[in-house]
Amino acid sequence: MATAKSNIWGYRRENGRVGVRNHVVILPLDDISNAASEAVAAHIKGTIALPHAYGRLQFGEDLELHFRTMIGTGANPNVAACIVIGIEPQWTQHVVDGIAKTGKPVAGFSIEGNGDIATIAAASRKAKEFVHFASAKVREECPLTDLWVAAKCGESDTTTGLASCPTVGNMYDKLIPAGLYGCFGETSELTGAEHLAAARAASPEIAEKFMRTWTAYQNEVIEAHKTSDLSDSQPTKGNIAGGLTTIEEKALGNLEKIGKQVRFIDVLEPAEAPARGPGLYFMDTSSAAAECCTLQAAAGYVVHCFPTGQGNVIGNPIMPVIKISGNPRTVRTMSEHIDVDVSGVVRREMTIAEAGDALIEAIVQTANGRYTAAEALGHHEFVMTKLYRSA
Amino acid sequence: MPSQPQLLVHDRRDNVGVVVVENLSAGSDILGVVTEDNSEIHAVCNQDVPIGHKVALRDLAVGDSVIKYGQDIGRVVAPIRRGDHVHTHNLKTKRW
Repeated sequence: MATAKSNIWGYRRENGRVGVRNHVVILPLDDISNAASEAVAAHIKGTIALPHAYGRLQFGEDLELHFRTMIGTGANPNVAACIVIGIEPQWTQHVVDGIAKTGKPVAGFSIEGNGDIATIAAASRKAKEFVHFASAKVREECPLTDLWVAAKCGESDTTTGLASCPTVGNMYDKLIPAGLYGCFGETSELTGAEHLAAARAASPEIAEKFMRTWTAYQNEVIEAHKTSDLSDSQPTKGNIAGGLTTIEEKALGNLEKIGKQVRFIDVLEPAEAPARGPGLYFMDTSSAAAECCTLQAAAGYVVHCFPTGQGNVIGNPIMPVIKISGNPRTVRTMSEHIDVDVSGVVRREMTIAEAGDALIEAIVQTANGRYTAAEALGHHEFVMTKLYRSA
Repeated sequence: MPSQPQLLVHDRRDNVGVVVVENLSAGSDILGVVTEDNSEIHAVCNQDVPIGHKVALRDLAVGDSVIKYGQDIGRVVAPIRRGDHVHTHNLKTKRW
C-alpha cells in the first residue's frame, strides 16, 4: 500500500523540483501567436501547443498575472523544455528569461518582421532539438512527498462533501506533515465557510491575509458585478441538480478538501509560486475549474486531485488531473472520467481513511506515468485568468 | 454490517440529511446514519427525493435556519415538515 514514505518515479529537473510528465511545450505569448505555435506542435512529434485568448495590450496587475502564468507554465517541472512564440520580441524575451531561471532549455521566437512561415521553420528546428533532449531523460526514484499536489472540486453535489472532498482532505492530512506541498483555492466558493477556512490558517497573520483576500473578492468581483443573488451561477445548475441548494452548503463541502488537521501556511496571489516551504497553501482563484487548474499548474503544482459529484470532465495540458467521485450514479454513468471511485463511502462500505489511501495509491501510479482519465480522453483545458479589459 | 442507509447526516446538530440512494419514493421508510458517531435516525420521506438531495429531520418554520455540517446553510422560505424534500423551493442563501 502506498504511504507517505512511498517513492515515485519522476523527472528530477535542473532546479531540483520533481516532475511527473515530460512535456515539450510550444507556448504562445499572445492570441495571435496561437497559429504558429499550433503549426510547430503539429510538425514536431512529442510537443504540445497551449493556445489561449490573451496577451495583447494588457497592463498593470493583469499584465503581471499574464506574465506570471506564462512563465510559471513553462517553468513547471512537468515541462522538460519550452519554446515561446510571440508577435513582438520584448515580451517574448521577458517570458523566456523567466523560464530560463529554472535552468531548463527554453528559446523564444517573434513573428513580427519574419512572418509565420519563417518563424514556424526556426521554432520547429529548435523544438526538434528539445524533443531529443526531453525524450533522452530517464525517470528516477524520488520521495512521493517531493511532489506538489493541488486540489479543486467541480460539478459538486452533496456527495462531494460526504465522500470525495474528505478523501482529498485525508490524503493531505497524511502527506503534508511528511513534506508535500498542497494547494486549495476557489475564493468565492468558500463563502459561507470563510470563518472556518480562516480558522485553519497557521497564524493570526495568515488568517487576516486570507480574510482580506476573501473580502476583496466579495467586494471587487461579486458585489461589483452581480445582477442577482447569483442563484443562476453559484451554485451552478449542475450543483442544484445534484442537491446543493445554497453557496453556504457548497462551501462547507468544498472546505472538506483540506482535511481535519493540516493548516495553511500562506495565501498566494493567482499563479504565485509557494515560497514558505512544504505545507498547505491557499491561492486566490476563481472557482471555474479550468481557470483554477491553470493557475495552480503555473504556480508549480505537478499533480491535481479533483473531487466531483455530478461529473466534471476537466483536464490540464501539463498537470495530470485525478478525478475522485463518491456519487454512485456518476461513477456508473460517467465511469470513463473517474479515476478513484469512493462511492463505497456513502454506502458505508469504505471509510474516509481507506478512501484517502486509495487516492494516495492513484497519485503514486499517476506520478509514475499512468495516464489519468482526463489525459486518456484528451482533456487539456488551458484557460488564462484575466482581471479586467485590456487597454 | 447493518443494512445500507438511505440517508447520511454529517453532524448531530443537523436538521437535514442527504439521500444517498437512487429511486427513493414518497412514503419510504428511511434509515439515516449520522456519520460523526454512527448513530441511527428513522424517518419517512414525504416526496420522491433524488439521490444527493436533502430531507428534513424535523419540522421547520419560515425564517428558521437549516443546519448541515453543524453550520448554518441558509433560511427557510416555505414551511417544512419532517420528511420533506428540502431544496431551492423552501431554502435560500443568506449571502449574496
